[in-house]
Amino acid sequence: MLVKLSASALKQTRWYEYGVRFLLGGLATVLAGIASTRFGVAVGGLFLALPAVFCASATLIESHARRAKEKAGFSRRRRGQQAAALDAAGAGLGSIGLAAFAATFYASVSMNVIGAFAIAILVWAAVSVSAWWLRRMLRNPSHHKRPERLQRSGGRGLFP
Amino acid sequence: MTEYVLRFIAGGAIVSAFAILGDMLRPKSFGGLLSAAPSVALATLGIAVVQHGPQYAAAESWTMIYGAVALACYSLAVCHLLMRSRLTALPATIIALLVWLAVAFGLLAGLGGTA
Repeated sequence: MLVKLSASALKQTRWYEYGVRFLLGGLATVLAGIASTRFGVAVGGLFLALPAVFCASATLIESHARRAKEKAGFSRRRRGQQAAALDAAGAGLGSIGLAAFAATFYASVSMNVIGAFAIAILVWAAVSVSAWWLRRMLRNPSHHKRPERLQRSGGRGLFP
Repeated sequence: MTEYVLRFIAGGAIVSAFAILGDMLRPKSFGGLLSAAPSVALATLGIAVVQHGPQYAAAESWTMIYGAVALACYSLAVCHLLMRSRLTALPATIIALLVWLAVAFGLLAGLGGTA
């Protein structure tokens, strides 16, 4: 499947769901600042990768999938769990990119601050996308040749 | 106080931007990559550089690597809880925070701070 950008997906999101994410994102950033001030820079650094917003995101994804399947008359609960698990699988791969972001920033910030941010973001994107693509290839090397029924079922592994 | 208000607004805005982009991307596993975007890190490291200088931000980004390893373990735990234990998303993501805390602080205790 090709990667697509779909603006219609935003219609599923209700206004207060954006508010919840903004609130949790803001609180996570404040928490990271407080942890740095109170317990030192080492502990504060840990909180830069805190999955605080993930709880809200996974819950929203689950409820969106449930609503969609409810309309289509399918089993809602299981589909919602699978959609949230897919998001978690993506986050697991993205965390490799996050580690690469941190390592790149660490190595380059003393030379040029703006450049360090720019390079670290590029490295994060490149490593995350490569990890996702590699997993897809290793998991299913002949994806395009599979029967349509199997592609729809999404396999039987831990990650849906 | 002003610093924390600034942190809240910057963090909330960057997290929301990445979340909206993640919602728009298909397939869902690809959109999930943005759940591990460095959104909190961008806001916090930017403020750290301005307030304390590059060395402070570098020290913070070093232990962020431990946090990212913990996030990978956390994501795996969430997948397990959702697919095997059949928990719904909210309890699964909250219970798995214990995994994140254990791995992150375990790595900090074992490997220490800045290299």
